[in-house]
Amino acid sequence: MKTIKKLASFVGEYKRNAILSPVLVSLEVIMECIIPFFTADLITFIESSMGNREGKIITAWLIDLLRGWGINSNLGIIGVYCGFLIVFALLSLMFGALAGIHCSKASCGFAKNLRTELFNASQDFSFENIDKFSSSSLVTRLTTDVTNVQQSFMMIIRTAIRSPLMFIFSIVMAFLRGGKMALIFVVIVPVLLFSLLFISRKAMPIFRKVFKKYDKLNGSIQENVKGMRVVKSFVREEHEGEKFRGASEDVRDDFVRAEKILAFNSPVMQLCIYAVMVSLCLIGSRLIISSNSTAFAIGDFSALLTYGMQILMSLMMLSMIFVMITMSSESASRICEVLDEKTTIKNPENPIYEVANGDIDFNSVNFKYAKRAEKFALEGIELHIKSGQTIGIIGGTGSSKSSLIQLIPRLYDVTEGSVMVGGIDVRSYDIRTLRDAVSVVLQKNVLFSGTIKENLRWGNENATDEELIRACELACADEFIRSFPDGYDTYIEQGGTNVSGGQKQRLCIARALLKKPKILILDDSTSAVDTRTDALIRKAMREEIPDTTKIIIAQRISSVQDADVIIILDDGKINGIGNHDELLETNEIYREIFTSQTKGAKVE
Amino acid sequence: MNKPMKNPRQPSMGRPIKKVKKGTFSRVIKHLFSFYKAPFVIVFICIALSALAGALPALFQQSVLTDVQDALDFISFSAKDSERQLELLASWGLSASDITNGGLSPMAALKVVYPSILSTVIALICVYSVGLIASFIHTRTMATVTQGFLNKMRNLMFKKMQSLPIKYFDTHTHGDIMSYYTNDIDTLRQLVSQSIPQIITASITIVTVFFVMLYFSVWMTLLVLLGVLAITLVSKKIGGGGAKYFIRQQQALGKTEGYVEEMINGQKVVKVFNYEDNSKKRFEELNAQLCEDATIANKYANTLMPIINNIGHILYVFIVFVGCLLVVLGVPNVSISGMDMSIPTVIAFIGMSKQFTNNISQLSQQANAIIMGLAGAERIFELMDEESEVDNGYVTLVNAMYDENGNLIESEARTGIWAWKHPHGDGSVTYTRVMGDVRMNEVDFGYVEDKIVLHDISLYAEPGQKIAFVGATGAGKTTITNLINRFYDIADGKIRYDGININKIRKSDLRRSLGIVLQDVNLFTGTVMDNIRYGKLDATDEECIEAAKRANAHSFISMLPDGYNTIISGNGSDLSQGQRQLISIARAAVADPPVMILDEATSSIDTRTEALVSAGLDALMQGRTVFVIAHRLSTIKNSNVIMVLDHGRIIERGSHEDLLEQRGKYYQLYTGSFDFDE
Repeated sequence: MKTIKKLASFVGEYKRNAILSPVLVSLEVIMECIIPFFTADLITFIESSMGNREGKIITAWLIDLLRGWGINSNLGIIGVYCGFLIVFALLSLMFGALAGIHCSKASCGFAKNLRTELFNASQDFSFENIDKFSSSSLVTRLTTDVTNVQQSFMMIIRTAIRSPLMFIFSIVMAFLRGGKMALIFVVIVPVLLFSLLFISRKAMPIFRKVFKKYDKLNGSIQENVKGMRVVKSFVREEHEGEKFRGASEDVRDDFVRAEKILAFNSPVMQLCIYAVMVSLCLIGSRLIISSNSTAFAIGDFSALLTYGMQILMSLMMLSMIFVMITMSSESASRICEVLDEKTTIKNPENPIYEVANGDIDFNSVNFKYAKRAEKFALEGIELHIKSGQTIGIIGGTGSSKSSLIQLIPRLYDVTEGSVMVGGIDVRSYDIRTLRDAVSVVLQKNVLFSGTIKENLRWGNENATDEELIRACELACADEFIRSFPDGYDTYIEQGGTNVSGGQKQRLCIARALLKKPKILILDDSTSAVDTRTDALIRKAMREEIPDTTKIIIAQRISSVQDADVIIILDDGKINGIGNHDELLETNEIYREIFTSQTKGAKVE
Repeated sequence: MNKPMKNPRQPSMGRPIKKVKKGTFSRVIKHLFSFYKAPFVIVFICIALSALAGALPALFQQSVLTDVQDALDFISFSAKDSERQLELLASWGLSASDITNGGLSPMAALKVVYPSILSTVIALICVYSVGLIASFIHTRTMATVTQGFLNKMRNLMFKKMQSLPIKYFDTHTHGDIMSYYTNDIDTLRQLVSQSIPQIITASITIVTVFFVMLYFSVWMTLLVLLGVLAITLVSKKIGGGGAKYFIRQQQALGKTEGYVEEMINGQKVVKVFNYEDNSKKRFEELNAQLCEDATIANKYANTLMPIINNIGHILYVFIVFVGCLLVVLGVPNVSISGMDMSIPTVIAFIGMSKQFTNNISQLSQQANAIIMGLAGAERIFELMDEESEVDNGYVTLVNAMYDENGNLIESEARTGIWAWKHPHGDGSVTYTRVMGDVRMNEVDFGYVEDKIVLHDISLYAEPGQKIAFVGATGAGKTTITNLINRFYDIADGKIRYDGININKIRKSDLRRSLGIVLQDVNLFTGTVMDNIRYGKLDATDEECIEAAKRANAHSFISMLPDGYNTIISGNGSDLSQGQRQLISIARAAVADPPVMILDEATSSIDTRTEALVSAGLDALMQGRTVFVIAHRLSTIKNSNVIMVLDHGRIIERGSHEDLLEQRGKYYQLYTGSFDFDE
């Protein structure tokens, strides 16, 4: 319920359409129910006037009125009735078409608002929020889930209004026309209703279960496709085939079970329609004759047949809508999860808009990713870095090197202690100001589809071409960019698939340099760059941006060995700190890494 | 990159519909029929019966109402001297004069006509019962047939896929391959379970109703046809317009979703660069465009139904009006039955026109679904028609032992000794012990014919030697190993394994003799134990644990919550890269092959973890011929031979020390003044 209320608020400026649509649908339904009603009178009128007898005509007053206006001939009256009917049909057409138009506007608008809100929410998410949802699940929520909810919304304001109304009006009309004869619906409707409920109650849980199995089956196919080299190397094609056959047959059996239950639907529906027809033929005909068509006339017979169809069809639709809405309710709640998520990192009340310098201080920092996590990712970190220094960080995977640097631009907030930049707690800055001053080249970095220039300008929208080239020269990227036929206008494919790993890294560095940051952090950003170029980049940085504090995370000792300070991280704690020579002397881990990487080079 | 390019990624929403090849439909039917002969025939008959049962009742209804009208005539003195009425009266010993002289009481009239009504209703009930039973049988059988059919198709596809050469997987994206199992199977399901039955139902209903209409009146039939024509024209006009906008909507949707994907995946970068506002702005634009296109497309779709429905209503009015005119004016009727127009006939037409138009629009709706379904079926058949990996090898791998004379003979049991069983043209069979001696002679190779990626590669790997390949991405390192295990084939005789031309060795046996550890570790859903056992399906738990110990994987596996029974899912994403690699090494260890290929096995592992993995690898390499591809030189220094590859040529070869002395590329590489990835 809360979900629905929440989502309903996104109808926003399309409220008028969202209300008009069901109103118009109701009018359409009324027209559609009046048409058989009038037709019944028309038929009875023709039939009885031909046989020179009285018939049950509910709109006799209209005929009297027409006669009063001098329309006496039967043909004239028939003509007027037909005229009325055509007007009704045209009205119904108009209402229906208008309802369709308003419904389109409302549902597409609703989806638009929902998407915008979701996208904006996700853009405001902190790293912590993003980790929680994972990118792929966020994408699904923004695409498939929105589409599902949009479909349901469309159903609700149109079909879900139409079916119950159709049901009610048809029942009313059936009683007006058929009198006692309409009692057959009192018997048949509950039968159908009960059967439909029973069938869906039985089948739905199986379906839910089997859809999960089906997903798993597809998951295993994907696994197989991805691991095809392994499958073929170990000659496990048949083994995989066996495994797959078993799983696939399992899915089949469950589907068959569910669908066999569902297969009752259409015979039950037919049974009901047939029952209406048979009882009309059997009882209705008797009623017409015994009352000499005063209580029930031939026209009524025809009308009841039409209403019977409408009543049963609307029930059928209702059960379908019910299933579809239940299915999309999961999408709805997934969307609401995103909307309800509060970003964990917000601007302070009176933010500071100026970062003085590139000093960095970690004051007894403890940090863990999730509140519930038992272990701290970083523990007891005490660090004081002066503006302009070059810092190297080294350590094994899982030693929390990336966690450490992500605290500086406040991508995550510390759990305990504080991180200061320029002598002020990072939580006091305006986030934008802070992140403009602290430029991070992330380990898992991405380029976006667009030209190289466009990608670089992420760093500074107003950068001149000269500035772009300057940054690229610093990052040793200018040379290879110029070797491309389109140079700086070379189009980068989504995910940067058309440049090599090393090129991508250098472009990312150039992009970060363009921010002219006070602190520059390279998180394993030169791993695919050769050692010589790596050295060139470091040299350029040392000479060209001496005032910028540089933090370099690396695997290679050579990348950090000339840093002012090298920090050894091990299991979230600082294991050693000092320059190359000191560490070589005192730190075991450092020595171990150093020897493993340079063994043999000393041969000469 | 010299490797064949993958197809560009398809937009996420559906693939373009091209013209469906002829024969696809008959192929689907043929498959269906061959799997389920009897059920298929039964379903067809049952669908036909239930369609007939739905279409015929107009006849019964008309007959009942005619009886009713007769009865009313009897009551109200207005009996026409129709033979039918006279007959009815005569059967009760009455004559026309009885009527004209005062009419019957309603009850008497009822008594006269009721037997006739009753017999009609009984016939009706019979027809309905047949219809119901048929419908019941066909819907239930259909559930079995559809799901069984899909299951068989899935299995056929999967089996086929397993037989395809690696080349196929190198040249098709995973997404495209997956889409056979998801999208295409789904359209096939629609086709078989819905479209085909509905088309049969609709066609039979249309034909039946058409004849029933003609049975009653040609004039009225023409009127209904006129109405159908109007509906078809209108829906074609609106539907055609809608299709144009629908495509636009799909394009806009694809664009928007593509953007969402890119931005969300790169979101951490967005945050780092304070790019949120720009990305929101761009999204706003795309979203607005999508909304606009979707609204128009939906407008068409949403107005189509009410318009068609209400044209139906107008047709309904016309039927009543024209029908009544025909009755009132006594226009001579033309019909199969020779019946005059009457009010009951007009009422029957009301129902029939609805049935007729409904089924016609059903048919046109399904036509679209059929085309979509066939397009899906065609893609599936494309996969099935792909050429399987050919294997003309006849040299097989067998367990062997030495007899008392020191001759190598075949053995039933596992002996730990393997031999190549080589049947010759003259009927003799020779056995060669598997040693792991691999030689390549002047191999040239290209994935595509005119683009040679390997030039003149010769190498000799003696049993137990460690051969390393060094070089830039795309230099051809992996390509060489692709040739050794025959993922790709080259001309005869250029590669020899224990002196045997590898093209003569059965592929499955060749690969069984080669172990492989790749950079990207692929584990399969199942327990850790299952994953290790993948290397040798009949390995005991002890053997697996033993292998894990050798691979240095035992200690961390023991620390997992469920030890060897820990379930690995999602390619083992809960494990670290190093741990996954260790499991894959254990997997290779349990297979115990004479030759190992390590393709960048330690590349994505940091140096400290690498030490651990290296120890595992070293144990694995003991006593085997090993081909190592590595980025990091520290891992290959102790190789017997190091080959430096550049653009598909071996430019330097020799031991680590030799190469350093040569002061060539390898020396530069090693001293860090040069890197291949340029």
